[in-house]
Parts: sequence; structure tokens; C-alpha cells
Amino acid sequence: MARRRIAITGMGLVTPLGVGTDTTWERVRAGTSGIGPITRFDASEFTTTIAGEVRDFDPTQWIPKRNLRQMDRFIHLAIAAADMAVKQAGVDVDKPDPERYGCYIGAGMGGLGVIEATYRTLVEKGPRHGISPYFTPSVIINLAPGQISILHNCQGPNMSMVSACSTAAHSIGEAARVIERGDADIMIAGGSESTVTPLGIGGFCSARALSQRNDEPTKACRPFTASRDGFVLSEGAAILVLEGYERAQARGATIVAELVGYAANADAHHITSPAPGGAGAARCMALALRDAGLSPEQIGYINAHATSTDADANETAAIRAVFGAHAYKLAVSSTKSMHGHLLGAAGGLEAAICALSLRDGILPPTINLDDPDPACDLDYVPHEARRASYEYAMSNSFGFGGTNAALILRKVQ
Amino acid sequence: MSGDIEARIKEIICEQLDVKPEDVSEGKSFTEDLGADSLAIVELVLALEEQFDVKIPDDEVDKIKTVGDAVSYIKVRKGN
Repeated sequence: MARRRIAITGMGLVTPLGVGTDTTWERVRAGTSGIGPITRFDASEFTTTIAGEVRDFDPTQWIPKRNLRQMDRFIHLAIAAADMAVKQAGVDVDKPDPERYGCYIGAGMGGLGVIEATYRTLVEKGPRHGISPYFTPSVIINLAPGQISILHNCQGPNMSMVSACSTAAHSIGEAARVIERGDADIMIAGGSESTVTPLGIGGFCSARALSQRNDEPTKACRPFTASRDGFVLSEGAAILVLEGYERAQARGATIVAELVGYAANADAHHITSPAPGGAGAARCMALALRDAGLSPEQIGYINAHATSTDADANETAAIRAVFGAHAYKLAVSSTKSMHGHLLGAAGGLEAAICALSLRDGILPPTINLDDPDPACDLDYVPHEARRASYEYAMSNSFGFGGTNAALILRKVQ
Repeated sequence: MSGDIEARIKEIICEQLDVKPEDVSEGKSFTEDLGADSLAIVELVLALEEQFDVKIPDDEVDKIKTVGDAVSYIKVRKGN
């Protein structure tokens, strides 16, 4: 029996580039950076004082005021993004078959902001008055899909992937599998993250993982350059609506792109460093091609994981290993150069950018590529977006723990 | 003095449950009328404890179901 085809019919993006899919995509096409000084807490004593914060986000547009303090900000962002995605898809809560709607939304770290604030009030006021009864449902990761299932009456499979920076890509890939095997017809899938907090920033500072280009925030994330000095932490949510392709067509939905391939694997090498030569990443890309039934030459664009760290060269080597001579013909870009690294939401945002790229025939750029690293020698669409009509895009996501994901999307014919 | 207690309790209820002062009358049930769930009631009780410097034991919390219950409980505890 043929595998069920998967359509993307809705996308909700809440990112440092804007609250909304159109704003975010507009700024990606324009090559705009969303990185700036940290305003969510006093970061002056940290080695990194810049991040990609979601600005102008009013959660009361989506959540009654009384419920706000029952949830960490990562859940606020997820609810907003899911609502946008569901509205675009044109599916609503008055559905006759709510048990056919599922929700796979993950996060890398969960409610760090509320955990930190609550620890302070615990120390100050003691356990009886220092911990809100909403503490636990506010911080645990699966309350993002939990809250969304309540708001949108989704009674199908509901859970969270947790795989660091691969979280959203794994959520989307695994959600597609749920539809393929017939356990649901529609899946709301993606990731959310909000860790621009002292521990969130501080943990990566201590690991020497973040860019310290504090004086030039918009130039700080510079993947594939010789002068790259670490990633830029961002927050946001990126959530897609996936559904069976034929079902989407039958109800007259506008399909943004088709999801045709997915793979997940592990480096089994080191907790934070990629395997030499990007071996695990290469295997993951090859597995995704096999899953989609494609040859490497059919891929026109790769949205690279490339975070502006040493690992950009490993990913480049992995792409060369998988694509051979075609590696120099296809386009590769790191849109993190603009939106920074949304950790558990990154793969969702980048898959959405691939879908929009296919839809509009526009290759998103890698900005700040002023001084290419000789080890990074592919066509990274430097500085400015380009027009190009092509059929298949790949989105890579690699996470701490050596966990990898690759998604392949197809232009709607 | 007891009028002050009552006013302050109603203020806290408005704050905690995000409801309008005109909806907070004696007979209103927290769960049936004011949209509170079990966690919201715990949160409300903790706020009352902090404001009036009393400790409300868990088995007493179960008896506080309406705005009037809360007002009379606090008044008794404060010796009014």
C-alpha cells in the first residue's frame, strides 16, 4: 500500500523577525537580522549580552489574562504560533472528528524563566508561599501541546519530542509518521523555546558556545565565515499543520508545500561536538533522501543547520559527502544568520522557510558572509535572496547529544 | 475594620481570578460562578494567607466554596 502523502496547510511563526509568518518571511527575504541587545533581563555581567528576542508580542491576544501566569512564555509563544497555523489551515474546533487531530510540539529546555523565578521566590518566601500551584504545568514541556489540544479540541496523539536543537524537526517528522500510519488525519507540529534567561544564556556562555560580538548584534551570527565565534541564542515558536494530502485537496485547502522525506539518527560520538567530517549528519541526509525516494541531484536547496560555530565546516563536509559534485550546484543557506538559533523551535522555523522558499521560488540568503571560511566552499546564497524555481528542499537540524534530523519538502505541482 | 477585611478579600479575588468587582458577591461560588479550577483556589487561598497572615489548613480549604465562605472564614480567624 502506498504511503499517505503529507501536505503542509498551515504555518505559524513567532520569531525575532516578527510575530507572524508573513512578517518573518518578508524579513528573511530582505536579509534582515533580528538580533539585538538582551532586554529580558540584565545581562551586563554575562560574556554574551545579545540575543534574538521576540519583540512586540502581546500574549493576551491569544490567552485570557487570568491564564497567563499558569504558563511559561514558551507556552505563550506556542499557543500564538499554533493559532496562526490552525487559522491558515482553515481547520476549527467545531470539527466532527476531534480524535483525528493530534499535536506534537516540543521544546529543548521548557519553562526555564518560570523555574528561575520560582526558585527565587522559594528561597525568599519558603515552600508554602514561594511556589505557585501552577508551577509544574507552567514549566513542563508537554503542556505546550497540552494547552493547544485544549484550545483546539485535538483529542488525537499528544506529546513532545525533546531533542535539543532537532526538537521541532523531529516533531514534524514524527507527526508525519502518525498520519502516514493512520493514527490521525491532522497534526499540529513544531517547537517552541524561550530561554533568553540568566540560566539559558549563562549555560551556553559557560560552554563557550555563544558569539561575544556584543557590539555588533546584527553581525554576530555569521555562519560559514572565518570570523564566526559562536551561535546567537533566540526565542520563538514555529508550528505547522500537517495533514493527509488527498484530504487537504478534497476540502479545498491551500497547500503550502508537501513533506516528502524525513530521517532521524544519532552521531553516538560526543555530547556537544559533531562526529568528525559530519558523519552522522551525512548519514541522516542520505537516509532522508532514501525515505523520499530521491537522488541527491534532485535537491535544489538546503536550509543548513549551520549555527555560526566550528560545526558549520562539519556540515559543509557532510553535504559534500552526500551530494558529491552536486554539492557545488545546489544552494545552501543558514537563515540563522538572520533569526539566530531558536533551539527547540529552530527546525520548525527552518522547515517553514523551506516551504515558503519553494512556494515563492526564492532562495533565502546567508547574511554576514563577508569572509568565507576556506573550509566552507559551497554556494551559501551570500547577503541577498535570489530567485530560483526548484522542486525539492532539505532542512537539517542537529542537536546536543549528537541527535540529527533531516526533512525534505516538495514544491506544490 | 471588618468592612475593610471584606473589601480587601474581594480585591484579592478580583486580582487572582481576573473577575470584575460587581461579580464578586457573597453567594458566588469560586468554581461554578467565577471560573476557578482547583489550582486557582489553592492560589487564592495562598494569597489570602499572605495578606492576612493566617495559615489555612488543607481540610479547611475544602469548606471555602463561595466568596461569603472566604469572608466569614477570614473574619473568624482575625477575631472579627
